[in-house]
Amino acid sequence: MNYTQRQKIGTVVKYIILILVGFVMIYPLIWMVGATFKTNNEIFSSLSPFTAHPTLDGYKNAMNDYGGKINLFKSMVNTYSYVLPKVLFTVISCTLTAYGFGRFKFVGRNALFSILMATLFLPQVVMNVPQFILYNSFGWVDSPIYLPLIIPSLFAFDTYFVFMLIQFLRGIPRELDEAATIDGCNAFQTLILVICPMLKPAIVSCALFQFMWSSNDYMGPLLYVKDPTRYPATIFVKLSMDADTGFDWNRVLAVSLISIIPSLVVFFCAQNQFIDGISAGSVKG
Amino acid sequence: MASKNVNEPSKFKLFCRKNFGFLFILVWLVGFLIFRLYPFISSFVYSFSDFHLFNGIKNWGLMNYQEIFSNKKIMSSLGITFSYAFITVPLKLVFALFIAYILNYKIKGVNFFRTAYYIPSILGGSVAIAVLWKALFRDEGLINAIIRAFGGQGVNWLSDPDYALFIISLLRVWQFGSAMVLFLAALKGVPQDLYEAATIDGASKARQFFSITVPLITPVVFYNLVTQLCQAFQEFNGPYIITQGGPRGATTLFSLLIYNRAFKMNEMGMASAMAWVLFVIVMVLSLIAFLSQKFWVYYGDEK
Repeated sequence: MNYTQRQKIGTVVKYIILILVGFVMIYPLIWMVGATFKTNNEIFSSLSPFTAHPTLDGYKNAMNDYGGKINLFKSMVNTYSYVLPKVLFTVISCTLTAYGFGRFKFVGRNALFSILMATLFLPQVVMNVPQFILYNSFGWVDSPIYLPLIIPSLFAFDTYFVFMLIQFLRGIPRELDEAATIDGCNAFQTLILVICPMLKPAIVSCALFQFMWSSNDYMGPLLYVKDPTRYPATIFVKLSMDADTGFDWNRVLAVSLISIIPSLVVFFCAQNQFIDGISAGSVKG
Repeated sequence: MASKNVNEPSKFKLFCRKNFGFLFILVWLVGFLIFRLYPFISSFVYSFSDFHLFNGIKNWGLMNYQEIFSNKKIMSSLGITFSYAFITVPLKLVFALFIAYILNYKIKGVNFFRTAYYIPSILGGSVAIAVLWKALFRDEGLINAIIRAFGGQGVNWLSDPDYALFIISLLRVWQFGSAMVLFLAALKGVPQDLYEAATIDGASKARQFFSITVPLITPVVFYNLVTQLCQAFQEFNGPYIITQGGPRGATTLFSLLIYNRAFKMNEMGMASAMAWVLFVIVMVLSLIAFLSQKFWVYYGDEK
């Protein structure tokens, strides 16, 4: 066997591995979509995602109220009513902070930057208990406008994004800032008119990740949202699974699938930003 | 002040001008002090008390820590958390590196594969996927249906203590996409001429992988290792939603115990102490990783 033949076989083997592993990984998701159209008798009796007798029962039942107080759509509206402000606030506060650390010298800058980096490694599990006590003393628990979930994002709470933006900022030449200063921009105008347009890909990545992570967040709402009318989708999905004793899987899976459709749409519209985003956040450092 | 030349700014003004950038980080600093530093310190203080959310503090002392280290249930949960992390993290990194390595060859449709492999990472944290996991691995679930279709015997994945933890780990291993994307970016940065030189010297593909590729991407291995380890020790959603810590406590990760103590039993003092034990463990592991860097992590710009 000569060299080119061996290489061809190698390539074929690589494709086979990629397709097989990929198939095993993605199949559960495909099966899930198919299962929502099956009757409950059929879901676990056939392995194929396709069915000869598709039914919309799962989707019809997915619309059911839970205790007359909350349904799937209301819970999704609830989710995005705190996710969207959170994304907006995160982007603004993290960009400001990154600009401050990335472009200015001031007393204590290095010490504060070390602290910022250290918070990246501070496990959230450790913080849940004292934060709950704090928010409880503020009277924020079960706040009708989701204060404990939104307010910290006003203060660049998710330092990962600050870190990501600083990494990106390092790649933007300082000459641009200087030119803007000479043209009469003050520091704030420079940020808005020069830095932000250049930083846009990184800012978009931050917004996308914050969108995904906060829509997926379960712990936050679990601790701070008590009133069933204000439950977000993550809690609703968990409830609809618990309420079921194992007979109604097409409904449970339909609820789950609908709840992640906005995330899926956002992901497919912006897949490259996601992938560039995680690469930018770590490798360049 | 009056005696000073009016054109010369005062020292205070100069100081302000020099430290003007401080204003931009002010929001972060305020947030850090209120939402991180204060809770962080207060939880350390509470950990020495019997703080109950409704009854307040009656006693101070080391009793929480004494209970943690003498309570068999808590200690075994700590053990489970360690095995969870040491199953999940290596498997995830090995898978991620393996697939990234293959994708790094001139493969047609890299972007398609990359996206496909990345989907689980982006959705994996959601409750919906945890629900799907339960549908796959329940006794009458899809996985057992497949096994039976091939004539095998179904396994009680989630109700057998021997398997349940592994299934919970698998949910995270399945999300190796983000680590893979990082590996892929690092692999692209390895200079091709090194491989060419090694091929001329007669080094096998495996030899090239372990002698060129792995050393050059150790910074990313390190980054992935630390972040995944931190995540693994905090895992909550998977076991909470899929198994509720069962069967017979086999998937009761430490974060579940903290949650139960704090938010079911309202024992905030005890929960703070447990959180601090977890924090110290994560810190020590990160510290070991950081200190060990000089023995195995290669930074190209080192002098």
